[in-house]
Amino acid sequence: MSLAEVAGFRARLPRGEGPWAWLAAGSVALSLLMLGGLLTLIAVRGLGHFWPASVSLVELDDGQLLAGRAVRELPLATGQGRERLYFTGNRDIDGHVWQWVAVDRIVASEQPRELVVLERVRYGDFIGRLVDVRPAGSHVQGVGGGEVAWAALQARLAAVDALRDERDDLQRNVIQPLVRQLEKDPGDTAARRGLAVANDRIRGLQDAMQAEVVVLQSVDGRRLVLTLAEVLRAWRPNAMSLPEKMGAWVQGVWRFLSEGPRVANTAGGVWPAIFGTVLMVLLMSVLVTPFGVLAAVYLNEVAHQGHLTHWVRIAVRNLAGVPSIVYGVFGLGVFVYGIGGSIDEWFFSDQLPSPTFGTGGLLWASLTLALLTLPVVIVATEEGLARIPDHQREGALALGATRLEMLTRVVLPMAVPAMLTGVILAIARAAGEVAPLMLVGVAKLAPQVPVDGEFPFLHLDRKFMHLGYHVYDTAFHGDDIQAAMPMVYATALLLVLVVLVLNLTAIFLRHYLRARHGALSRH
Amino acid sequence: MPELPPSLLSLDRPGSALSNSTGPIIDFAPDASCLDVEGLSLAYGGKPALRDLTLRVPRQRVTAFIGPSGCGKSTLLRALNRLHDLDETVSRQGSIRLEGQEIHAPEVAVDELRRRVGMVFQAPNPFPMSIYENVAFGLRLQGGMSRRRMNDIVEWALEAAALWGEVKDRLRASAWSLSIGQQQRLVIARTLAVRPEVLLLDEPASALDPISTLKIEELIRSLKSQLTLVLVTHNMQQAARVSDYTAFLHDGELVEYAPTASLFTNPRLARTENYITGRMA
Repeated sequence: MSLAEVAGFRARLPRGEGPWAWLAAGSVALSLLMLGGLLTLIAVRGLGHFWPASVSLVELDDGQLLAGRAVRELPLATGQGRERLYFTGNRDIDGHVWQWVAVDRIVASEQPRELVVLERVRYGDFIGRLVDVRPAGSHVQGVGGGEVAWAALQARLAAVDALRDERDDLQRNVIQPLVRQLEKDPGDTAARRGLAVANDRIRGLQDAMQAEVVVLQSVDGRRLVLTLAEVLRAWRPNAMSLPEKMGAWVQGVWRFLSEGPRVANTAGGVWPAIFGTVLMVLLMSVLVTPFGVLAAVYLNEVAHQGHLTHWVRIAVRNLAGVPSIVYGVFGLGVFVYGIGGSIDEWFFSDQLPSPTFGTGGLLWASLTLALLTLPVVIVATEEGLARIPDHQREGALALGATRLEMLTRVVLPMAVPAMLTGVILAIARAAGEVAPLMLVGVAKLAPQVPVDGEFPFLHLDRKFMHLGYHVYDTAFHGDDIQAAMPMVYATALLLVLVVLVLNLTAIFLRHYLRARHGALSRH
Repeated sequence: MPELPPSLLSLDRPGSALSNSTGPIIDFAPDASCLDVEGLSLAYGGKPALRDLTLRVPRQRVTAFIGPSGCGKSTLLRALNRLHDLDETVSRQGSIRLEGQEIHAPEVAVDELRRRVGMVFQAPNPFPMSIYENVAFGLRLQGGMSRRRMNDIVEWALEAAALWGEVKDRLRASAWSLSIGQQQRLVIARTLAVRPEVLLLDEPASALDPISTLKIEELIRSLKSQLTLVLVTHNMQQAARVSDYTAFLHDGELVEYAPTASLFTNPRLARTENYITGRMA
């Protein structure tokens, strides 16, 4: 509905016709409100996660000091006063990362510029002060504290990042292919030598990354020494200007989109899940479209329109209502154990008992969802075919076209928008399905995406990650729900966006084809 | 418009009294018949639509079928290129011969028959393609034609349908952007492009405005030097204006079939006269 139509709707709202029109309009308003509320909630909670919030240094009435990010404030259970939740980080030295503080007990609260936040490989964030950056294994004074140390830390972290990238690249593109080659042919001396050289290089890189340490101190005076390899990023939120914070936010969002998950999915990014979701939906569309279209063509153009066709049509429409988990069970029994098991026996018997196709994977998940969405495509295509006037068919026949030529040259091109409507509905349903996927191939953690540079490039047997399952897994299977919640919101928002993008792509395609083939359907 | 051959004109018997017999009266014997319908009966799901119909359609003339709604004239037309094959409930007896060849014979390919016997429908039905592609549609089905030859035939067909001057600068535009009258001429051009021997026209002007109707009628008259035309129409003035012979059908039966001038000025049967003078719906 265009904006003008919305305005027209308001203008047309009838007066003096009793309450029914207001009731109807109210229902629409309420639905829109709930939808807007839902999207706003997940957008604010999800996107806020990446904002480099300021860190407060708090002094309590008993002299205790703590540094952390205020998360929320609630009234105390006693009914008097309020308490505030701080995220304090430092799991390794405190044993916890969250702290509730009664607001009355706070003597002083300030936001000193020098407080640093470090994102680490293990134990989550560190919040405290930077003392020194110096070579490992010595007690000589390094660059000292203050601004000098901060500048040094930034420079060193950039260097370590480059080393880390080089190490990951070696691991992925040199070591892994060589290892696979050696598995096939253990006598390959050239590969063995190449592997030794690469391993030496990796050891060299690891040493370089651990050559220097950063000395830190928590606000209550406890010291912590970390090698630079353990630090991913460092920032001083209280010293950042608004543009800097915005830059950091954009970087945070980008890392979330482009990186793999860490720390049992509660940190890091969701790139493999985005990729898995999109790839699975695309494969599903590729599988379901030809089947659905052919079935619809048979039902509408070929089959004798008798009782049997009528009942088949009713059955197809009812299949759309079967709960998705039932399709999951079917996929597990037929695709995974049945067909997959047979494929393993025939083609991959040397790898048994470890299954290749006899376990959940990308192919089986796509097939299961294709089956799930097949009725939608059939029904939409059939409606499109039924809308094409008979005189178009007769016109083609009268020019000497066979029935096949009539179908492929006139009828099907005119039905393409309807088919795409079916595919859009199928995508909308499939992208959000999680239940059947849990049976046929989704994985909690599969950092390797199912497409890579190694033959056959698209690995249909691999397990994959999925945004919907990622939401479920992060929300219920992590041990730190407070840390996981922002990830859950962010991932849910992303899932909505991915479905939206997939749908919009199909809608634009349909619009383009409709413009090309003339506007037969008057929507 | 060529004159009627004297052999046919001589069959007129002016002044004879109206007969109340049911017919059929077939008032001429064309020497060069293109289509021979013999004893044709057709039923839709057991409901008869044509009863034991026999008539001959002369070559390179315009023959009109007139009659009240539901008289079977469209059914007869669709039988001539076997479009009723699409309906599984249709049963048929009798024969139709095109240039002496039985069109229901097993060795006749129905798509080839329909290429030879083209058809234009009541509502213009251009395909959702460009103007050029619409005309080239039938040529592409035959295949194996050079680009240049196809261009020539498309131009010739559009010329023959009196449309070339109006569309030559926008051949790539959608056919649906044309006016209804232009669309109907485009459909005729599309049919002409495959060089049919017979052109069946099922009330081709009933959806058109008077000026477009006039253009279509001119077109029909100009085409008969090249092919045989069969026209179904509700409009008796139209039948009188464009056709050489007229067959009056009623209730699935052929009632009277004669040169147009004689049928309209001097009908032999009372039923015919009642219809053409408007005393029978």
